Amino acid sequence: MSRRFTPKVVTANLLREGDVVYLTAEDLWSPHHHEAELIEDEAHAQMRLLHAAAQKLLVVGAYLADARPGPQGPEPTHFREEFRTRGPSNYNHGKQADLAH
Amino acid sequence: MYSYSDFDDAFVRARVAQFTQQVERRLDGSLTEEEFRPLRLMNGLYLQLHAYMLRVAIPYGSLNPGQMRQLAYIADTWDKGYGHFTTRQNIQFNWPKLPDVPAILGALADVEMHAIQTSGNCVRNVTADHFAGAAADEIADPRPYAELLRQWSTDHPEFQFLPRKFKIAITGAPNDRAVTRAHDIGLRMVRNAAGEPGFEVMVGGGLGRTPMIGVTVREFLPEADLLPYVEAVLSVYNTLGRRDNKYKARIKITVHETGAAEITRMIEARFAELRPLFGGNDQRLLADIREAFAPPAFRNAPTDAYDAFYAADPVFRAWADTNLTAHRNAQYAIVTISLKAHGETPGDATSAQMRLMADLAEKYGHSDLRISHEQNVILPHVHKSDLPTLHAALTQAGLGTANVGLLSDIIACPGMDYCSLATARSIPVAQELATHFEALKLEHEIGTLKIKISGCINACGHHHVGHIGILGLDRAGVENYQITLGGDGTETAVIGDKTGPGFAYTEIVPAIERILRAYLGLRLEASETFLQAFRRVGMDPFKAALYDAESAQDAA
Repeated sequence: MSRRFTPKVVTANLLREGDVVYLTAEDLWSPHHHEAELIEDEAHAQMRLLHAAAQKLLVVGAYLADARPGPQGPEPTHFREEFRTRGPSNYNHGKQADLAH
Repeated sequence: MYSYSDFDDAFVRARVAQFTQQVERRLDGSLTEEEFRPLRLMNGLYLQLHAYMLRVAIPYGSLNPGQMRQLAYIADTWDKGYGHFTTRQNIQFNWPKLPDVPAILGALADVEMHAIQTSGNCVRNVTADHFAGAAADEIADPRPYAELLRQWSTDHPEFQFLPRKFKIAITGAPNDRAVTRAHDIGLRMVRNAAGEPGFEVMVGGGLGRTPMIGVTVREFLPEADLLPYVEAVLSVYNTLGRRDNKYKARIKITVHETGAAEITRMIEARFAELRPLFGGNDQRLLADIREAFAPPAFRNAPTDAYDAFYAADPVFRAWADTNLTAHRNAQYAIVTISLKAHGETPGDATSAQMRLMADLAEKYGHSDLRISHEQNVILPHVHKSDLPTLHAALTQAGLGTANVGLLSDIIACPGMDYCSLATARSIPVAQELATHFEALKLEHEIGTLKIKISGCINACGHHHVGHIGILGLDRAGVENYQITLGGDGTETAVIGDKTGPGFAYTEIVPAIERILRAYLGLRLEASETFLQAFRRVGMDPFKAALYDAESAQDAA
């Protein structure tokens, strides 16, 4: 029996800036993890990943990352993805600074 | 210091022009990411966790003040006002944007710098003893040989697609400050029975997934044979190296699988073929290069002011005791500027700090700056009478920390705060260790100690050769830190031994404290360093301190 599919979000980095972004259900790239589309079906996940990977002028390195539903929207489950939502821990740089205001 | 020839300049400018067009073609869609990726990597541009990262080579760790100022300018103009110095004597900018990178490379070319061969399966930046040309224990300045190797390896047509990356380190002194035994080729200057200088050639060292200490393939290589011999090593590796398996592709595996005796034989056979092809141009070039590294015009002046200040000012004395090293000229000192202020990121310098260090090098240091693999900045030639003024200026800029060689002088890779390969964070562990032991006021009592932290198995933080090594791993979705003890990166190089099960992020600093309290309890006298004590008593007392205490805590 195959393992149960873990919910996913599609994430990538912007080609020009390198910033971490998430694919929304409206086909937009959001800097906020909680705005991502939470994908609960494996076949749909593959379709969304193909859609993301086709946007060669916008994003780089799209992949599926594990996520879970939360009160504000999808939340990361792994610490690596959690770090990607905010930026490094040694300076107030990256998203934690850019999105603070 | 070596200045670019017209050839060097034209080569670097041509590469900037090429890459400028490659970026344009990527941005307009003419190149896919799959096509562009190897091109950007050839120019030192990575895509990391949060942003792009540009790795710039600092050949054999040498910079002049103009170059240091240009790095500050780049940090301010296209990045976030700082740079990160690495264990490979490179500088990394963590936040460049892709459309800006050609301009950054242009700005680097303006000061004879580049990011070529800082990535990819080629010969990387040749590293050297950061005290080169100044150290009292030196046989000869290794930088001319390093520059010769740089010119030879840059864009070398035979060695652009090696089985894997290739790192060369060189030291001119018997005391190895360049970790030569942990490099693909390590070169250590020695003298033969006749007193002539040459090299001990070590091959197949490396850390990472399969840490190995290099094997000596030549006890004494005459200096005139350096290039043909190194070319022979590369040539044998290029033929034998495993291209079928990335994890077995480094030369250390080739040496291991082929056997030291057989690979030595093959290198010598290839060397015999290559040697006659080197007609002496390399030696003429070396002679020219050597002129560029002539020692500065040392000042002859009294050092009484230094002696008086040393006796009178305890803060200055503490700094002088840890951050100065003996210079070959008794009136001079080698100054190590610590980039390890307690609680700061190891190896980071702000643009303001870079400018200050450039100014101080110009004013007091014969315009010479070095980056050490231990992620500090060196002023190799400072007259002792200038040290009090220099120390005051450094202290004002947050650069006066008196901790070189002590616990808080930690090597830490960028880890999962930046690196996409990382499996755990390194930087906050280093910050926490430094501030924790500073608060306990134990650092000076513990004395000489090298802690090295890597955030993944690739070991950029050299954890295997730390007296205490820390390796951050991902254990079932949680950061976990494995400890090794007894590592040594010098001429007596040893890979450290694992203590046992790892520790959680919140447990790693208390674990290190237990090790160090055990050391303080068992050392014979204050002068017995942690490494000496470990070699005397072995692993058991430290294991007991680490795990018995932990199980006692769990039971409580």
